[in-house]
Amino acid sequence: MSEHHAEHADAWSEPEPPQTPAASSVTPVTPADAADAARLVSFGLQPKLLPARDAEYAELLRRYREDPAFARLADAVATGLGLVVLEVSPRAGMAVTADEDSVFAVRMGDYARRASTDSADRFLHGLAHLAVAAMAFPRPEDLADDGYIGRLTVNGVDAFVRQACRRLEERAEEQGENTDPASDAPGLEAAWRIYARRSSTGATKDARRLAGSTTGIVGKAVAFLTDSGFLQRTGDDAGGAYRTTARYQLQVRDMAGSAAMAELLELGVVPVSDGSATLLPPPDGDDLELAADAGLPFHA
Amino acid sequence: MTSPASTEFVPPQLSAGPRPAPGPAADEGLARRLRALACTAPLHDLDARKANLAGEYSVYAMAEVALAAIDLVTLNMDFDTGADHEQIVGRLLPRVAAQAPARPTAEHERVARWVLENLINVGSVDRGFRAVYGTFGADGVYTRRDYDFKLIEEVPGYGGGVYLRTTDEAVNVLVGALDTDVTSAQIAAEVKLEILISRGRLADAQLAAEQARYRTVQYAETLRKTLEATRRNVRAVDWLSAVPDMIAEALDHVADRYRHENAILTNIRKARDEAEDQEHKRRAAELVDIVKDCIRRHTQLQSRLLEAGPLFRAEQDRQAFAAPTSYSGIDLYGQLVAPLLPLPVEQATRVTDAFFARGTGLRTPVAVRVGDLVEMLLTPPVEREHLGAEMPEPDLIATPDDSRFSEEQLASAMELLDLEHDAPRRLSGLLADARRRDPDLPYLVALLAVHAASPPVGTAYRQGEERLLFAVDDGTLLDDPEFGGADLIVGTALLDAAGMAAARSEAS
Repeated sequence: MSEHHAEHADAWSEPEPPQTPAASSVTPVTPADAADAARLVSFGLQPKLLPARDAEYAELLRRYREDPAFARLADAVATGLGLVVLEVSPRAGMAVTADEDSVFAVRMGDYARRASTDSADRFLHGLAHLAVAAMAFPRPEDLADDGYIGRLTVNGVDAFVRQACRRLEERAEEQGENTDPASDAPGLEAAWRIYARRSSTGATKDARRLAGSTTGIVGKAVAFLTDSGFLQRTGDDAGGAYRTTARYQLQVRDMAGSAAMAELLELGVVPVSDGSATLLPPPDGDDLELAADAGLPFHA
Repeated sequence: MTSPASTEFVPPQLSAGPRPAPGPAADEGLARRLRALACTAPLHDLDARKANLAGEYSVYAMAEVALAAIDLVTLNMDFDTGADHEQIVGRLLPRVAAQAPARPTAEHERVARWVLENLINVGSVDRGFRAVYGTFGADGVYTRRDYDFKLIEEVPGYGGGVYLRTTDEAVNVLVGALDTDVTSAQIAAEVKLEILISRGRLADAQLAAEQARYRTVQYAETLRKTLEATRRNVRAVDWLSAVPDMIAEALDHVADRYRHENAILTNIRKARDEAEDQEHKRRAAELVDIVKDCIRRHTQLQSRLLEAGPLFRAEQDRQAFAAPTSYSGIDLYGQLVAPLLPLPVEQATRVTDAFFARGTGLRTPVAVRVGDLVEMLLTPPVEREHLGAEMPEPDLIATPDDSRFSEEQLASAMELLDLEHDAPRRLSGLLADARRRDPDLPYLVALLAVHAASPPVGTAYRQGEERLLFAVDDGTLLDDPEFGGADLIVGTALLDAAGMAAARSEAS
């Protein structure tokens, strides 16, 4: 959302620009310009298309960046279609994303059928997307650095969420809490328990991944993100290896991260970061005793 | 309450009414015991439900098969992966077959699979078990709670395979109540083992050794998890002191255990060799295998520990020495995932929904034309290819035969060396004979003769061969234009094949 607007601001403040608005007011927008602007937006709707591979796309991008009137026209077309322009650059192309109630938006019910009826599945599918992003950009610097390419594997994402859940379980155990949820109030169950309970994989009759398992859910998320042009598959190791694209970084940084953060703040949770690493291994001291005590029913 | 005197001393506050439970503290212990009890329920359940299976399966002791399965999976759990599903079924078969020898093998396999699948609980979406129990809270309110647990879980392995691992709960069901930490329990088990062996009580010693191995497996598992966590983020671990301390500690531990177990191994070997009772001999031999396995697992652990250091340095180079960026982004884990997980699922879903709605990108809606739709609906479904793509005919290139000697030469040499058992010959004579047949042949004969100087007695014994070529040096020097050294006496020894076979069957 930031870069092209910032560019405009720069363009206005430069000494030359007086002629630019004058020029745009002199030459009125022609239907051909509108068609070109719409064409650029339609390129942006094909997220896997790279500007470097398409001469027309690259030419329209150049025009967007050099001709402010055309840029405003393309922005207007996008806004009218219910799209948000994240960035327009040679590396990311015309990076647009769907506004919340646009026809292009992805709905959870369409994404996974079970998710609309089962609250646990709904949560798991959402968490999978969040976890993929967290694994792709483990440090704040990684998310901020435009040149950073994140790498992740399906099994890696699952293992790292599981580890986080395990640590919460240990902490609860240390405090002597009984975290087993009350049977009649499923909505009050701690979120980590839902993930910890779900099996991580499972054998199926036809050697496919068990859709309801956590690796199945993460696998669905990365496959979907690959279709969105956010990830690229690089190999089959550890359930499938992927790397991130510039678009994904923009999407997470400018859209999803802040939206989720706003929601979290609304719930009264204020996460504070001092810049130090947050994804910690089990605290020392309990690293060796862990196995003896974890889940031991007779532990006094 | 039979004595009237006792009622006089009842404190007044208790006479207000009977309390339902002594309090949350006592309830805590009760909850723990209820959970422990729940872990055994799936095993009892197997025997209860076997009547519902189509067929007469009451002859099988399902709980026994289930415990054996947990045992097998625990022992086959490796560092990286777990136990292979098919392998476990295969190893269960002898036990199942022994329970009902008259039944067909297919049925045995079915029983083994049924038990294993029920331990995984394939039928439920979580692939686990749930027990419901109730507790009184601090405020005296009775709450029903769900206890979720697994016995055998499926984990992803290399190449997309699915492996089995036993959970902590299952290990505890199997080895019983443990109230101590890994290290001390292991030391205790080993000390016990040594005492038992020194007193000659091998039956108990085997039990103790097996328990020591369970501890070893559990210990290795803990370290694997710790190493995996440290691998993820360099800055998240205290590389200055905590991690090196941990690694040093673990290496000390491995060295200590290695020494200890080697000592045990020597002791049991002695016990095995000195034991006169066949049963003791066999038990001691089994014990040797178990301790060897323990040592193997320790060695594996050690190599993992040694890899940790270089891995840290490489990750540190990548992460910590990069140029800092001008502005900072969101710490996705620290500011989103971590605070979200402890929330009630209802609230957490609001956050994940927000992320999902804005983090998945866009989908262009599909516009369908009626014409296309009709065509699509009328197209017959594509047959699924069961056999996969056709294999290309491999283009084979014959590798050139680069053997030093030809088959004919070998046959010729073997013919020369096919000596009568009572007529050994000098190598010099053999070489002269060989040279007359083929100028290259003496080299092969000399080679075979030198090999015969250290004849493969063990192989011949195991394979039950009747003849064995041997060569002896009696100090005579070889006088030959091409070769130097000793003029070996080459002969053939007759072996007692029948006697060896008898000895073999006795030994096994």
